[in-house]
Amino acid sequence: MARRQSPRRTLLITIVAWTIGLLMFFPIFWTAVAAFKSESDAYSLPQTVLSTPWTFENFGIVQDRSDYFRYVFNTTVIVVLSTLLGLMFAIPAAWSMAFAPTAQSRSSLSGRQWLAIIFSGLVICFLGLYFTDWKPSNALVGFALLLIFVVPGSLWAWSQNTSGTLLWMLSTKMMPPAGALIPIYLIFNRNGLVFKDWGWINLSDYNLIDSFWGMVPLMTLLNLPIIIWMLFTYFKEIPVGILEAARMDGASLWNELFRVLTPMALPGIASTCLLNIILAWNEAFWSLNLTNKYAAPLSFFISEYSSPEGQFWAKLSAASIMAIAPILVIGWFSQKQLVRGLTFGAVK
Amino acid sequence: MGGLPRWHILSGIMATRQAQVLGRWALAPAVTVLAAWSFVPLALTIYFAFLRYNLQDPDNTGWAGFSNFYYFFKDPYFVKDLINTVLLVAGTIVTTVVGGTLLALLLDQPFWGRGIVRLLMISPFFVLPTVSALVWKNLIMHPVFGLFAGIQRFFGSHEPLDWFGRLPLFSVGIVVSWQWLPYAALILLTALQSLDEEQKDASAMDGAGPLSYFRYIVLPHLARPITVVILIETIFLLNTFAEIKVGGIGGIAGNLTYLVFSQLNDATDVGMAAAGGLVAVVLANVVSAFLVRLVGKNLEA
Repeated sequence: MARRQSPRRTLLITIVAWTIGLLMFFPIFWTAVAAFKSESDAYSLPQTVLSTPWTFENFGIVQDRSDYFRYVFNTTVIVVLSTLLGLMFAIPAAWSMAFAPTAQSRSSLSGRQWLAIIFSGLVICFLGLYFTDWKPSNALVGFALLLIFVVPGSLWAWSQNTSGTLLWMLSTKMMPPAGALIPIYLIFNRNGLVFKDWGWINLSDYNLIDSFWGMVPLMTLLNLPIIIWMLFTYFKEIPVGILEAARMDGASLWNELFRVLTPMALPGIASTCLLNIILAWNEAFWSLNLTNKYAAPLSFFISEYSSPEGQFWAKLSAASIMAIAPILVIGWFSQKQLVRGLTFGAVK
Repeated sequence: MGGLPRWHILSGIMATRQAQVLGRWALAPAVTVLAAWSFVPLALTIYFAFLRYNLQDPDNTGWAGFSNFYYFFKDPYFVKDLINTVLLVAGTIVTTVVGGTLLALLLDQPFWGRGIVRLLMISPFFVLPTVSALVWKNLIMHPVFGLFAGIQRFFGSHEPLDWFGRLPLFSVGIVVSWQWLPYAALILLTALQSLDEEQKDASAMDGAGPLSYFRYIVLPHLARPITVVILIETIFLLNTFAEIKVGGIGGIAGNLTYLVFSQLNDATDVGMAAAGGLVAVVLANVVSAFLVRLVGKNLEA
């Protein structure tokens, strides 16, 4: 039984809650109002909420001046492709960890021993480079690191038991972008680490900076741990008994996966897509650092308005509203998924 | 009945084994790309941190030893930005956790239009960071045309406060808190709603007032969600960047992330930037170690 409340108490709570809710929403509302003002009204003092006449000209001007739809197109490409690519990696991984978990580590070495191997490899290479004073090309160093780090690293990660793998995936999300910015910038740059003239092959025509080829995989990697975790928590809730029953009835693994499991998993996959769309849409660090024209998404589009010439507030407001409206609506529909996805299943 | 059950059991085991093998291969791609993503940039950052490597000065190469770290720590911006980082993270977390708890308690009560208020309250979380920085800076905190200036003038002040100019860190703190308050509130609300109704009734029956009810029932129940909120917000807030860059206060009140960016972007010093990046990595790892342990405990339960 819920406790009964006196109507007066309910009224009081209603007033307080609505006041706070409206206050929280107010900056968005204020932006929306400013978007419909003419530029001179936006600058008039005192500021009025309901200026007349209302105008839609700002939206047209924003489109004409900075080609809003191109940025929407860019954002959509990055968001959709990175979500699809992420699902291609995440669905099998989450399925594997939820339905074919390994309780014991597959390797006879412990995680600590693996880490010791990786880091001693690193130290030996460092000492070798230091004492021979040999300065290899950056590309060579990159590929050497790929060998001495990624191979044992993936072997180690792969040899973990399921909960170990999950936690390791979570920990990759903790990597601050400031720590990865420098190598990623240099790898992406056509004159940087990889994409430059190697003497026998010229890669400097290829450039990952400011291109979808760079942004889409990057965005996938950024959100992959969250997608995997979220799918895992959804898959975990599917009763294994149903799968066993299908198996008992003679369903092949293929049928088990696609006739039985997939229909039950679809709602979870859809929610995961929503969360990933929100996260990718609102990503700003890498977008601001790695794009400036051809693959620039909406966060970059708005940042262009930070150093304007002349009167621009009504236009800034119009641009802002156009940039947040789609994701706001998606966000309203996915509150539950947000809680699940952004607490890694620690709060349900 | 002789052979049939055994055949069923056997096929069950076969399928499981088949699933195990398939499972390994299904996991492999994700593990490989994530391993590449987590190991390669980190390794390269470590490598660059010990190099003399400036993009504007291609002739100056070679090993730098620890001099990148030395100069990074000696940079007057480093101490300032480190303090800013800590202040920004701590201030925002205190604001959002306290405010979020209060909001969650409020929204947990029955009242008219609860769903709509929830939508209004959660909205700031979905606003692009660049948008919220510019909107707050220009429409709300602007010293002449901003809303706050208007309010100050209404109360008779002739010289309204220039928020981003005079109190840059505080202003960014407000913007970031505005964005993260909904997150804390939503998660704590979800946790509150899983609180047992019977416990509420029992405590009311035992004559517990609202304060002791909060102190002895609600707060212990919220302890874990609050920890999760603190840890996750720390990880995201350590990386606050867009608000500072677009707000144009990187030079006067930047944080560590901004400092690394400006080392790469303005000074084009890869070595120094890498050293700074490593400092950020160490800082984030201290926090993430706690979070991973916490989530791991939950995984076993």
